[in-house]
Amino acid sequence: MYGKKVKFRFLFIILIFFSLTLSIFLVLKSLEENVVFFKSPSDVKLLAELENKKIRIGGMVKLSSIKMSSDEINFIITDFKNEINVSYSGIVPNLFSEGKGVVAEGYLKDRNFFEASKILAKHDENYMPPEVKSALEDN
Amino acid sequence: MFKFLEPNKIFLITSKATKYVMVLFILVLSIGLVEALVLSPQDYKQSHSVRIMYVHVPGAWISLGIFSSITFLSLSGYIFKNKNFFLIAKSLAPSGLVFNIVALVTGSIWGKPTWGTWWAWDARITSMLILFLFYLIYLLAWRIYQNKDKVYKITTLITIFGIINVPIIKYSVDWWNTLHQPASINILSKSSIHSSMLFPLVIMTAAFALFSLLIFLMKYNTELIKIKNKGLDRL
Repeated sequence: MYGKKVKFRFLFIILIFFSLTLSIFLVLKSLEENVVFFKSPSDVKLLAELENKKIRIGGMVKLSSIKMSSDEINFIITDFKNEINVSYSGIVPNLFSEGKGVVAEGYLKDRNFFEASKILAKHDENYMPPEVKSALEDN
Repeated sequence: MFKFLEPNKIFLITSKATKYVMVLFILVLSIGLVEALVLSPQDYKQSHSVRIMYVHVPGAWISLGIFSSITFLSLSGYIFKNKNFFLIAKSLAPSGLVFNIVALVTGSIWGKPTWGTWWAWDARITSMLILFLFYLIYLLAWRIYQNKDKVYKITTLITIFGIINVPIIKYSVDWWNTLHQPASINILSKSSIHSSMLFPLVIMTAAFALFSLLIFLMKYNTELIKIKNKGLDRL
């Protein structure tokens, strides 16, 4: 139906497309370490050695783990398998609360203790009016 | 092939369509804005800042959709040697760029009160910034190259590079840990967004799509008039 030239151009495009996709896939695969925005507490447990480098740790704020004192906030980040203690002094975002997602940026003191210099709240994908939320909680 | 796409016949339709699309756009936008800003409820957690989402998400969707269309048109244009496809692609690009900027800026405005930061180098946000750069390069290529055959080939190549980024934007939130939340709307499973919030989102998406169509028609008519005036360059 189509001429030889049309078929040739079509195959040429397919070839370019697949080789590009493959190369970008390989680049992203090898850079995976840098593409992830944060590590989970389980990733931290698996670290071969602790480097004195700024990292981000993300997970849930463990229920009833937030302890506020006059100059410091202590809480536990958990991924429901492992957990890590975090200490931070500074302003936390409005959405920072227990049982919600959080990303802490700072330095690891050891495998169980993290000193944060910045706290980000992670929002989940659930959107609903307050009435629906309270109705869900009643059930 | 594509003999029905004669510039005079197209111009007859596209020049008249503009005002109807304009009226429809204003109508849908005003319904959408009232729904999004007044009638829809506030969120249980982010309260009123959820309203930014009604601009942010449609903006992102439309910019991704337009880039995909541009790629499809450029590839078809290249394979079938059809100039009209390239002109349609060129006329679509500006509104795609605008909505890409809208998504980035509103995302930043939402990020400050919600996450606690204006910007984060996470996979979703960075890949969206890369899409913005591809839009810029694409539009610049049309400006820089005067030779028609050259500009068709170069813009097609740019779209092939850029389209690989589109699935990366879509699935970045599933493949890697990101600060950006995963998608709330799923075609196959139940959406995690309440119906009272989904409705304004759909209306606003329709409004933005109509706006893109409007800008496209204006740009495309200009291109057709240019061809007519030159009298040499045919579709």
